[in-house]
Amino acid sequence: MHVAPSLRESALFDRQTIHEIQRAAREGIYDIRGFGAKRRVPHFDDLLFLGASMSRYPLEGYRERCDTDVVLGDRHAKRPLHLRIPITIAGMSFGALSAPAKEALGRGASAVGTSTTTGDGGMTPEERGHSELLVYQLLPSRYGMNPDDLRKADAIEVVVGQGAKPGGGGMLLGQKISDRVAEMRDLPKGIDQRSACRHPDWTGPDDLEIKIGELREITDWEKPIFIKVGATRPYYDTALAVKAGADVVVLDGMQGGTAATQEVFIEHVGIPTLAAIRPAVDALLELGVHRKVQLVVSGGIRSGADVAKALALGADAVSIGVAAIIALGDNSPEHDEGYAEIGSAAGFYDDWHEGRDPAGISTQDDELAARFDPELGGRRIANYLRTMVLEAQTLARGCGKSHLHNLEPEDLVALTLEAAAMARVPLAGTNWIPGLTRP
Amino acid sequence: MGAAASVVTEVDLAVTPLRELNQALHAEGVSGRWRVLNPRGAHAVAVGIDAPLDIEIEGHVGYYCAGMNKRAAVRVNGNCGVGLAENIMSGTVVVEGNASQSAGATGRGGLVVVNGDASARCGISMKGVDIVVRGSVGHMSAFMAQKGRLVVCGDAGDALGDSIYEARLYVRGEIGSLGADCVEKEMRDEHRAELGELLERAGAGELDPAGFRRYGSARRLYNFDVDNAGEY
Repeated sequence: MHVAPSLRESALFDRQTIHEIQRAAREGIYDIRGFGAKRRVPHFDDLLFLGASMSRYPLEGYRERCDTDVVLGDRHAKRPLHLRIPITIAGMSFGALSAPAKEALGRGASAVGTSTTTGDGGMTPEERGHSELLVYQLLPSRYGMNPDDLRKADAIEVVVGQGAKPGGGGMLLGQKISDRVAEMRDLPKGIDQRSACRHPDWTGPDDLEIKIGELREITDWEKPIFIKVGATRPYYDTALAVKAGADVVVLDGMQGGTAATQEVFIEHVGIPTLAAIRPAVDALLELGVHRKVQLVVSGGIRSGADVAKALALGADAVSIGVAAIIALGDNSPEHDEGYAEIGSAAGFYDDWHEGRDPAGISTQDDELAARFDPELGGRRIANYLRTMVLEAQTLARGCGKSHLHNLEPEDLVALTLEAAAMARVPLAGTNWIPGLTRP
Repeated sequence: MGAAASVVTEVDLAVTPLRELNQALHAEGVSGRWRVLNPRGAHAVAVGIDAPLDIEIEGHVGYYCAGMNKRAAVRVNGNCGVGLAENIMSGTVVVEGNASQSAGATGRGGLVVVNGDASARCGISMKGVDIVVRGSVGHMSAFMAQKGRLVVCGDAGDALGDSIYEARLYVRGEIGSLGADCVEKEMRDEHRAELGELLERAGAGELDPAGFRRYGSARRLYNFDVDNAGEY
């Protein structure tokens, strides 16, 4: 009788682990990739809205208003940002993305009244031209930083860290350092660019306060100043950002995307977005500035449900990066053939750093970039943003809220103990918030 | 506080708020000579200027003096705090005293002259600026320096030019140590000529370029090679 061989796969050394060990042995360098954390961590999916019931009544869909606007940066700036929706486009560089992709983000965001953000590489005329509201990032590398663009910006974001790599610097490998990227960044063409992780002219929150003072003086106190941090110690980082003079704190959870980072960093540094919001809100409340210094949360926002849950936990707005790229067409089955040619597949593609993106989004190859239609891309972004807003409004009305900002933690319960503890909402069907109440 | 070319406009920071000074220096059509009195270590003095002004600052300043300067000629008759002329685009910034760390950081153009010493990280991430230090510079100077020239007439501290790209470094005195991928390079005639011109512009024309040595990138770290991993 034929006996089938045992094919038990190790939980410890699964196929992915075996593949990575053998890749490391072959190549002698850590794996670099784009996208964000792929491991499962507690997230907004682990929360549910309770909806209206006997004790509270809902608002009528389509008939009763549920507002979505938000003002960012009215603490010190003469010209705060007025957004029609509480979803912004996160910082993504020209260099990481093609110029048409940046243009599409601007087109889509502007169509629905929200902002886009530059990235580690400076401001291009395309994105300034197509973004009604553009946030200009000040990063450790200072690639492309200049006072003219600083004055053209609608807000300035001092990047201290990023959720995908808190404590790490930017990366753009040689394949993507084209002539134009090299010129904007003052680098030789084709080198592997590894940006600094510390700013060159300040260290710590006391210095940062002085740095922000300089930025305000240069721009005559007109522009809101954001501070972006990767979620690690959100209570202290938020408090120190407020102390340093931020108008807005951008908090990027570990699921936040990246164009290129070491996989070990993406998967093993930082805390989940879900775990970061409440401590940040605690800091704002204790300092008496919740809703005065706005909190923008990013890292794994995919749907209107995620938006509504982040806002219910105390955020003023959210920011999307990976989701926006996907909305543009990244990882779409329409590019199946192209993905197969480079050894990948729709749904799995994350080698954004290699610049061979068949969708023409994460590339500096003119031929590939030309495949991407910025008008269509802009339309897709606008559609996606509108859909998320409609979803969030539907949930908010169901909870009886006339503004998305009226959502609150009391509208939520958790499906898991971990999520209950992190979001500080009760485990569904109980009054138990681990760490706060007794079961 | 408007000024015609021949008139010197004096601003006393003991009585005028800093914000008023900087906004006046940003005003449309601003011109002429300016004198800033009693800076008393204030931060962000004369920042973000984009005009061909002559500005004389009488005393010590704090962080980021003349930050992001374009076209103006700024002279500080005193010492400077951190980030002197950070991200300077053009124009000149001259300091008669010493400068703290990160002088000329990320500068893209123009000339920064420190007639005393500059501290650590002088010229960090410089992207095209020329910096001339009559005295010595501290450790990690020209870290990740991309473009431009750093001239040190005295000594340089440890890890000079660490992870340097295409900037050129000229040092007259001793060097604590060279950083990763920074090496001494041949001093050819064209280098002596450009150094002589730089020294002249910095008011140090009496120094002989032949007394300097040149340093730059070995370009071993431009593209990752596993056999160079120990250098990082």
